[in-house]
Amino acid sequence: MTQPTTRKTGNVYASAAREAVLAGLLSLGLFVLIIGFKTDQNIRNELIIEPRFGLLITVVAIVTVGRFVISAFVQPWLEARRKQKAAEPVSEAPPSFFRRNFAKIVIAAALIYPAVIITLTGPAGSLKWVDNFGIQILIYVMLAWGLNIVVGLAGLLDLGYVAFYAVGAYSYALLSDWFGLSFWVLLPVAGILAATWGVILGFPVLRLRGDYLAIVTLAFGEIIRLVLINWTEVTKGTFGISNIQKATLFGIKFDASPEGFAHLFHLPISSAYYKIFLYYLVLGLALLTALVTIRLRRMPIGRAWEALREDEIACRSLGINTVTTKLTAFATGAMFGGFAGSFFAVRQGFVSPESFVFLESATILAIVVLGGMGSLMGIAVAAFVMIGGIEILRELDFLKLVFGDNFTPELYRMLIFGLAMVVVMVWKPRGFVGSRSPSAFLHERKAVSASFTKEGNA
Amino acid sequence: MAAPSPAMTAPILSVEHLSMKFGGLVAVSDLSLEAKRGEITAIIGPNGAGKTTVFNCITGFYKPTEGMLTLTRSNGERHLLERMHDFVITRKAKVARTFQNVRLFSGLTVLENLLVAQHNVLMAASGYTFLGLLGLPTYRRAADGAIEKARGWLEKIDLVARADDPAGDLPYGAQRRLEIARAMCSDPELLCLDEPAAGLNPRESAELNQLLLDIKAETGTSILLIEHDMSVVMEISDHVIVLEYGTKISDGTPETVRNDPRVIAAYLGVEDEEVADLIGETKPGVDAGDLAVATLAGDGSGPEAIEAAQKISEEREHIAEEHHPHPHETGKDGGEA
Repeated sequence: MTQPTTRKTGNVYASAAREAVLAGLLSLGLFVLIIGFKTDQNIRNELIIEPRFGLLITVVAIVTVGRFVISAFVQPWLEARRKQKAAEPVSEAPPSFFRRNFAKIVIAAALIYPAVIITLTGPAGSLKWVDNFGIQILIYVMLAWGLNIVVGLAGLLDLGYVAFYAVGAYSYALLSDWFGLSFWVLLPVAGILAATWGVILGFPVLRLRGDYLAIVTLAFGEIIRLVLINWTEVTKGTFGISNIQKATLFGIKFDASPEGFAHLFHLPISSAYYKIFLYYLVLGLALLTALVTIRLRRMPIGRAWEALREDEIACRSLGINTVTTKLTAFATGAMFGGFAGSFFAVRQGFVSPESFVFLESATILAIVVLGGMGSLMGIAVAAFVMIGGIEILRELDFLKLVFGDNFTPELYRMLIFGLAMVVVMVWKPRGFVGSRSPSAFLHERKAVSASFTKEGNA
Repeated sequence: MAAPSPAMTAPILSVEHLSMKFGGLVAVSDLSLEAKRGEITAIIGPNGAGKTTVFNCITGFYKPTEGMLTLTRSNGERHLLERMHDFVITRKAKVARTFQNVRLFSGLTVLENLLVAQHNVLMAASGYTFLGLLGLPTYRRAADGAIEKARGWLEKIDLVARADDPAGDLPYGAQRRLEIARAMCSDPELLCLDEPAAGLNPRESAELNQLLLDIKAETGTSILLIEHDMSVVMEISDHVIVLEYGTKISDGTPETVRNDPRVIAAYLGVEDEEVADLIGETKPGVDAGDLAVATLAGDGSGPEAIEAAQKISEEREHIAEEHHPHPHETGKDGGEA
């Protein structure tokens, strides 16, 4: 792979061609049975073999050409760039305006997003972009920021985070159904209930570390889901709970009634207002999560969480009660999960155990890891890429022209998901933002490189 | 000022009849020792003598099998350490410790390491996080105070310039110093140092001596240290305790200990020929080391020494048999199984 620098251009092409042929042969050998033949059932229910040589040739051609392009153009280009960089004098340019104010720009963009969408698409067209795209991403941002407290700061690997999301969602759904309480009353209640469950989970598992902790939290997530399925008298099992009460803006309902939002402000009746309201609601909740996390990191408790991630025994030698410290991390993370859950219930108007499967926990954890454990901005970007990316896939109709009418891009999202993860982990092993920003400083705030921080028990 | 109260004259730490067993292994047996207030007490002994085990019992990382560990604070409070959790010992009994292999929070900055050590003070000042979360000035003042205190210690260990660097980035000697400063930030009355000079070069260990003497003089903290580096032990300690095989073999000022024949025997061993020369004749079944101990400890006359050595050897064999069943028996069992 390493090419002598003195090699002439002609030689580069020759060797690239050689490598390309080799790669093509290899892929042919690999894919001939996997892609080249397909087993299918015919009308008489018999198993038939269906050759797909066209597809096979296409794949092999892509591999061959791709290998040639990489060897002939990409690698020499990277090599040249690396050399150029090495030759440049070491000078640390101050970060650009965009980089310095990235957080502010992102928040501003999130604030004006619904307005921009409405101007572009009109109230009716905005539904999809505000609801499926904006709200969906923000829920995951919030969930991932909540999980970040447990995994990123305290270093406790939690594979059952979705349990707290479920607790929050069902708390709101059931309590509003039984007692008719409003969203604003039940939001903190849902948070407190989820935090209580966090403590209940925390107590028995605190003695565990690493893999063992992960397994038990995974089991806890499944237990909550199974309880939701089987406790039919209360949760209505797999049917779920529907017709959940909507949220109100200081008592103003979003409906077509005379005292509804549209009438009150003399606007044409549209469901877009409620969605936009929900968008700002979840944005507010997410920003609250971020604010609390930032504040907590400067508190002794936040520092103790990070110290716990670095070295538990040293923590104990400094008089830190590691049991309560871990419990507070679990409880705080769970509380934000509960907030997100009750928001989820109010947004969907329907909850069922289907929404709280392990895949959700895995997605949230993947966002935290991809973003860089402990980094709020990195996690937000990761949520945008992962969740937004999946939503965008639904929009890519032009792919049908390439792959045929039967092609549904959403079905390939897990494949793309996995590929993206591999690429990012190769390119940035500690996530988008690997460094951590210290909670206090004497002279200047210098980011701590990821090579010094530990992942904790996880 | 008033006459010193009984609490002030009492030893800060008194260990009585401490035993620590791990299954059949007796790491420490019936050990009693005292550390006086405001003094540097060193615990020395060959590898495996049980020094770190004693430390772990004092700081609550192990629960002793038997024995009583009493810590008397300067305000007269008495704490029974064997009944307390490790973190409560630091918090209430004001005992801080360092570790044989440095345990810093390597991903936190130097300053943050010192702030984590002030956790309990800051926790109270922040109203257990709730008031601090609201941004009350009480917490902000306490946080500023904590940073100032950390700065003071950084000046003492000469690391102010590196306050904002990750602790894992410091050279080894600086990490050792930082660990001591971190322990001191928890306001201890007894500072336990587990081999603070391990891995330091002569210049660094001289600096360490100065640092420890400064800590003793300026804060009045009593220091208990385990050390192999005799230049540290002999120069700065007021009191030295020597352990071997989990028991105390000598106790006194550095001068007494240095000349104690049992200590010399424990550390250097005695060559067979020397023993032979000394006694004039050797008897079978007498261990050379025991002979040396008996000779050096007794009044020196030959036959008595040999008798004493035989007794020691027999005792030792007896002890060994109690703990490890006969090899023949185990072999037979193994064969049948």
